[in-house]
Amino acid sequence: MRVLTAVIAIAFGFLVLLGYFFPQAAIFQIILLDWAVILAGFAALVGLLNLMIVHFDKIRRRETGSVYSALLILSLIITFLAGLLLKPQHPIMRDVILNGIIIPVEAALMGLLTVTLLYAAIRLLRKRADVMGIFFILTAAIIFLGSATLPLGDVPVIGTLIRPWVSQIWALGGARGILIGVALGTLTTGLRVLSGMDRPYGGK
Amino acid sequence: MTTNSLLAISILIAAALLLPVITIWKKRSPARLRDIPAFARLSRSLGLSIEDGKRIHVSLGHGNLLDARGGSAFAGLAMLRSISEHTSVSDMPSVASAGDPVLGLLTQDTVQAGYQAAGVEELYVPTTGRITGLTPFSYAAGAMHIAQNENVSTNILVGHFGPEVSLLADTSDRDNVTLIGASDNLTGQSVLFASTQDALIGEELFASSAYLNADPGHAASLTVQDIFRWLIILVLLGGAAGKFVGAF
Repeated sequence: MRVLTAVIAIAFGFLVLLGYFFPQAAIFQIILLDWAVILAGFAALVGLLNLMIVHFDKIRRRETGSVYSALLILSLIITFLAGLLLKPQHPIMRDVILNGIIIPVEAALMGLLTVTLLYAAIRLLRKRADVMGIFFILTAAIIFLGSATLPLGDVPVIGTLIRPWVSQIWALGGARGILIGVALGTLTTGLRVLSGMDRPYGGK
Repeated sequence: MTTNSLLAISILIAAALLLPVITIWKKRSPARLRDIPAFARLSRSLGLSIEDGKRIHVSLGHGNLLDARGGSAFAGLAMLRSISEHTSVSDMPSVASAGDPVLGLLTQDTVQAGYQAAGVEELYVPTTGRITGLTPFSYAAGAMHIAQNENVSTNILVGHFGPEVSLLADTSDRDNVTLIGASDNLTGQSVLFASTQDALIGEELFASSAYLNADPGHAASLTVQDIFRWLIILVLLGGAAGKFVGAF
């Protein structure tokens, strides 16, 4: 069974890859990716079931914070049923659940993120009292100062000369270097999965 | 076929040929890897978590396997495979979380494979692999809950993370939990650099499995990356020199 799953995965992987280069294989690529999207939809349902099992288990064992688990399951069931019965375009789904609850909660987390990022910057020198840490803080400070919107316009020198020099040359060069490294890592990881050396499916 | 496609095919074929050849070579002469402090810390954390009776939480981000972010997700899965094998016999087995449904399913399969490899498949509990949310922030909120409430000693964040990783890093810091993080996203990387003592930068994310197990295939993929990196450096320098002397 494991050999069969590996053979199917490798064959389908190669077909999808060939579709990027040869128009003749693109038809298979489109079909296979459509299947993958449908399977991903089912995977979301399985994921929801998994989430419910985890939190039911927490409630059953009366773990710390099980009240939140109960709240999560209740909200999940209400949203799921409302979506099924009313359809996603219904005003209750759009205005109450999406615009009234989900988006504000995510926006609140985004607001919280601002505070945690500021806190991370403050404690950076405590964690990394080295040259790299100092450079990181200095660069961030220059970019912030240079990007600040002031009534009188850009901060002289920092906003007009230093910030563009740091962001367009040093930061961009560094970012490209990191992205080239990530791309090479993705290439070899993909090849390992495609050739069956790494098999994150079908057991050991 | 365009020039870009031809170049991409050439790189793919060259990498596909080099990978098995170097794997065979690495089987004969095992690789000597340079010291990366984060991986040394990770190895220590693995041992300590078992001794302390605490869990390791592996968070694989919200990388979608149907796009370019899948590479980091696969790298995270390879790392999870090693960690789940190492910690499967612990009283507090490791927990894995993901923010993408397909990645969540593969997480469960990978954890189970680790248990099978350790010969203790009967100890595997399907809820050790979880999907905590389907948007970046809901995923981070769910993963924060695991880090805070499940007796976690080390948080390992490997995969695709954006700025929301700061929430997870902050939770780890407040609970004195060791944090090891790597992301393929530049924003996520800079946040992790500021939040962790030993951040993994760029391609180091993809080296994790080579450092955790002695599989020659993983070491070979690092060598292939190094070969291509040097080629790119030479092409860039050659291009710059050519432009300087007016050849282009």
